[in-house]
Amino acid sequence: MTTAKTKIGRRSFIKRSSLAGGGIMLSFNWLASCKMSPEEVSQLPEEWFKINGYLKIADNGQVTILSPNPEGGQNIKTSMPMIVADELDVDWKNVIVEQAPLDTNAFSFQFLGGSQSIRRGWEGLRMAGASAKAMLIAAAAKEWRVPSDEISTSAGILQHKASDRSATYGEMASAAATMKVPEEIQLKDIKDFTIIGTSQKNVDGHKIVTGQPLFGVDTFREGMLTAMIVHPPAFGLKLKSIDDSEAKKMPGIKDVFTIKVFNDGYEKAFFDTRTFNEVAVIVGNSTWEVMQAKKALKIECEPIESSTESRDRFGRKWEEHTPSGLESTTNHYAQMEALASNTATVKRKDGNPEAAFKNAERVIEATYTAPFLAHNCMEPMNFFADVTDEKAELIGPLQKPELTEQTLSARLGMPIENIDIQMTRLGGGYGRRSYAHWLVEAALISQKMKAPVKLVYSREDDMTDGIYRPSYRATYRAGVDKDNKLVAFHVRTGGIPQSPLHQNRFPAGTVENYLAEDWTIDSNLTVGSFRAPSSNFIACAEQSFLDEVAEAVGKDPIDFRLELLERAKNNPVGEENDYDPERYAGVLKLVKEKSGWENKEDGVSRGVAAYFCHNSYAAQVLDLKWENNKPIIDKVTCAVDCGIVVNPDAATNLAEGGIVDGIGNALYGEITFRDGVPDQNNFDTYRMIRMREAPKKIDVHFVESDVSPTGLGEPTFPPIFAAIANAMYKATGKRHYRQPFLKDRELLG
Amino acid sequence: MAAFSLKINGSQHEIDVDPTTPMLWVLRDHLQMVGTKYGCGIAQCGACTVHLGDNAVRSCQLPVSSVGDQEITTIEGLSENGDHPVQEAWLEVDVPQCGYCQAGQIMTASALLKKNPNPSDEDIEKAMNGNICRCGTYTRIKKAVKMAANTNQNS
Repeated sequence: MTTAKTKIGRRSFIKRSSLAGGGIMLSFNWLASCKMSPEEVSQLPEEWFKINGYLKIADNGQVTILSPNPEGGQNIKTSMPMIVADELDVDWKNVIVEQAPLDTNAFSFQFLGGSQSIRRGWEGLRMAGASAKAMLIAAAAKEWRVPSDEISTSAGILQHKASDRSATYGEMASAAATMKVPEEIQLKDIKDFTIIGTSQKNVDGHKIVTGQPLFGVDTFREGMLTAMIVHPPAFGLKLKSIDDSEAKKMPGIKDVFTIKVFNDGYEKAFFDTRTFNEVAVIVGNSTWEVMQAKKALKIECEPIESSTESRDRFGRKWEEHTPSGLESTTNHYAQMEALASNTATVKRKDGNPEAAFKNAERVIEATYTAPFLAHNCMEPMNFFADVTDEKAELIGPLQKPELTEQTLSARLGMPIENIDIQMTRLGGGYGRRSYAHWLVEAALISQKMKAPVKLVYSREDDMTDGIYRPSYRATYRAGVDKDNKLVAFHVRTGGIPQSPLHQNRFPAGTVENYLAEDWTIDSNLTVGSFRAPSSNFIACAEQSFLDEVAEAVGKDPIDFRLELLERAKNNPVGEENDYDPERYAGVLKLVKEKSGWENKEDGVSRGVAAYFCHNSYAAQVLDLKWENNKPIIDKVTCAVDCGIVVNPDAATNLAEGGIVDGIGNALYGEITFRDGVPDQNNFDTYRMIRMREAPKKIDVHFVESDVSPTGLGEPTFPPIFAAIANAMYKATGKRHYRQPFLKDRELLG
Repeated sequence: MAAFSLKINGSQHEIDVDPTTPMLWVLRDHLQMVGTKYGCGIAQCGACTVHLGDNAVRSCQLPVSSVGDQEITTIEGLSENGDHPVQEAWLEVDVPQCGYCQAGQIMTASALLKKNPNPSDEDIEKAMNGNICRCGTYTRIKKAVKMAANTNQNS
């Protein structure tokens, strides 16, 4: 067994480190609230006993486990409680799962993002289960007057073999709730897990397939009003005035006004991005009536002025420049091309790349570009708010509730303890719901209307409101010597308005002479995290380029990568390489084996790619046939190393999702602009992947591992862009440098 | 405003709304039946799919005034206890990720199987192509539709 200190008294430190976003973060916060006085216990409902902040046990042996983090399809609402239940030693069938409220005293890191829920939750969840089990054992030891180390547990039963006594957790729950929280607890050996590593069904499955209210947009309250926004039609414009004379007269309309999301002079935190700070709002009785009034509202806009704003990223300040003007996609690409050959900042340099390129036998060069992407969560942005002078109640889907709560507190001038945020299931997030300006908007609207309000964005509002995946460009150069050995590597990349460079990732560390540099271009288009931020472009560029280099030097693309990784393992270049070459090689070897790499069927074109991001490794082989000028994707084989897999079938589902999503964005995803106006505003113009274009088969294989789990929401997404590009090259003989790869798109496939 | 009497999931409902109101919003706002989802409002995503008689239709493009005495079935009324073969197959395959589009997927799939109890892959792709799943559960959806078809065949 593993003994772990529970570290009582370190609560404040632990909270700070979680906000800093790095380092060791253990979820011990519940310890502060889990010891209850006898008075509190007697006040509990007769049949339930709260053992700690994560769980309570009923006298019939049922266990309720709170799932702390927002659920957006990554299935952590099932997987996180599984971890608690395993250490607690209960039968999963007797577990009821509930979504925890936002409670910074009871939980830490209630975030959805960066594939971090399981990784960061792992130790805390295990301790929550293990310490509750220890309290049950302590209660039994006291009652039976036997040493606690003679008591064993299994599937919700406590047993003392020597005296032939046993009790259910339910029978001992009342006494356990009064036990002292142990200062040291024993965690299970990995080989003793009984629930972790087994496939368990989605705890919300029945509710989903029967259409029960689960999502924020399903929220209903008696007397609730519906609100929608109207924002300027183009980036680079701001609201000047509104003419609400027609809209106000329309049936069911209660009020029309404008709101400022953030006050002038407020220093925005990292996730406080809002494209149009002032928006018009229409409030009415029903969605359809408000939608009609939206059409009747006239707004006048004026150009924004360029500005520089100080922003705060968890205590670190940065200046955000927003230029004026109406931007267009054609200009964006021209700007990137001009700047790409101009200035750049060197981020890493190993050896002497200039000389190495000069002396190289051959230099291979290629340039890749990618457009802005919209998140297009199927559930449009929405939030419910009921704000009074005393308190604010908010219900809806969001990814960073703790940070949003701070933003709202500042905006309303209301203490955090008077704000209650309840998390609903997210109808997709992918990063977009980290930027919860709509929560603030809902609160301001409710405050003004003095009524409960549900704010709902139309699909068009959702898609044209900004916070996109940035547009990117990267130029790669590889120098090879006369023996076809890679001797120099250069990447110069940038984006609007962010760079996608990760200078210490593969193939850094594998090449003697290496140069990585980047640049950025300011824009008034807002951007934000989008599933595997920046990796979702740079993986495609890098892995497409390595395919081209492997071909140029006459090597098998998997063997070529494995040779580089061998160098990184045995004799790495440089001090800081952000990956473990053995684990990276491990997924490549596994995908090679499982895809039958050596035995490709006739008529099948095959591409491979691999990537490491968000602490996990993924490698993919994609098989396609080229028919009627389109790819028909037969099969994707995927190997993943994310450490211990908590819930294998759910993990497989998530890996499959990353692959399908990646193929869709690679082939079709694009939002373009003319004079600041998005060309796409709904699914008739924004092309999403549909069933027919998805792979016929996806085989996901996990590397067997006893390493603590890492994330899975993101890592299978970036490499598939390159796997399909490389497979399409095999089919057509044409390299794909510019996303989306299929420009001549049919909207309905 | 006008009065309508609608037969939904076997029950009669009286409502008084603007006749242009799409059934999507009648269901969601006026009857608090929120299983039917808003996704695009222009019949491009399928999240709002319901049955009008035996046909799968996009309720965001179905004005209440056009329904007449045709029966509407929503996800809430597809089965008594969530035990329609399609729902059961969805649970068995554990299809959903975020789950938002799944009611619409299930309604399209169940209408397909009613008309074509033994669909080919091509039939399934054709019927389901109007339903977007942003999370990318398409391979599981297809598997679940086939499983439900087999259940129907064997029962």
